[in-house]
Amino acid sequence: MIYLTRKAEFSASHYYHNPALSAQENARLFGKCNNPNGHGHNYLLEVTVKGEVDPGTGMVLDLKQLKEVLNREVIEVLDHRFLNHEVAAFASRIPTTENIAVEIWRMLEGKLPAGRLHRIRLYETHDLFVDYYGEQG
Amino acid sequence: MSSIAHLTRRYYFSASHRLHNEALGEEENRRVYGKCNNPYGHGHNYALEVTVGGAVELATGMVVSLVDLDRVLGEEILERFDHANLNACRESFAARVPTSENLCQEIFRLLGDRWGREPALGNARLERVRLEETSANAFEIHHRDAEGTERSFSAFSVALW
Repeated sequence: MIYLTRKAEFSASHYYHNPALSAQENARLFGKCNNPNGHGHNYLLEVTVKGEVDPGTGMVLDLKQLKEVLNREVIEVLDHRFLNHEVAAFASRIPTTENIAVEIWRMLEGKLPAGRLHRIRLYETHDLFVDYYGEQG
Repeated sequence: MSSIAHLTRRYYFSASHRLHNEALGEEENRRVYGKCNNPYGHGHNYALEVTVGGAVELATGMVVSLVDLDRVLGEEILERFDHANLNACRESFAARVPTSENLCQEIFRLLGDRWGREPALGNARLERVRLEETSANAFEIHHRDAEGTERSFSAFSVALW
């Protein structure tokens, strides 16, 4: 089994807010991330795919095809967007790093040219990242 | 059903230490610790990664509140060790050499103890502590939930002195 990771970047803005909670609770839970005007990040995405090496090509999957899938399914949807207002998935879910990672998994699952999705790692900043392995609990 | 995610946050602190074991002679200390045994000590900019795992809460979209996580790390770790001389932190290193292995274990212990007393951390679990002493040396401790609690300690280090 080989694990192959492809990186991609996108820039987006967001803010954290739950309308079901009070203003004080939102401020306490989310701190500066609750600013309703939003703020932005250069997100770094690592998509890890696992699979066996094809004996003919020597590859787990065609990286050109993986790049096209990533661009079409993820980057074009999220890049240079205000996530809360422009991405349907975040109309009802807070675009935290966790929820974006889970959503990216959902966007890609079943769409890979070969191999299986193993991990989505999403850096919000270089000091904060989330790993999602597709687990449900 | 909730998604299970693993959040990692990096923190930084600067501290000095000297690696020296009173029970060994000078020559043995020199042999075991090399330049790390220099009598006046030396310093590092440590990078600490803390990984927390759990369900992504529906109400917050988070595994754990970053505000609460930062507060706990600040109180338990940064206030203790930032801009400190680790050898002088008697509560932690009175009887242990402040190697990064021991510092990593001590950080894991302090956070583990605090976790049980901090309701704000909710159901999120402390999964891993990774301490980078330099860009070449890193040490990790993983908390694996088997029956009871199983702790594994792995250290990987390429020293380029």
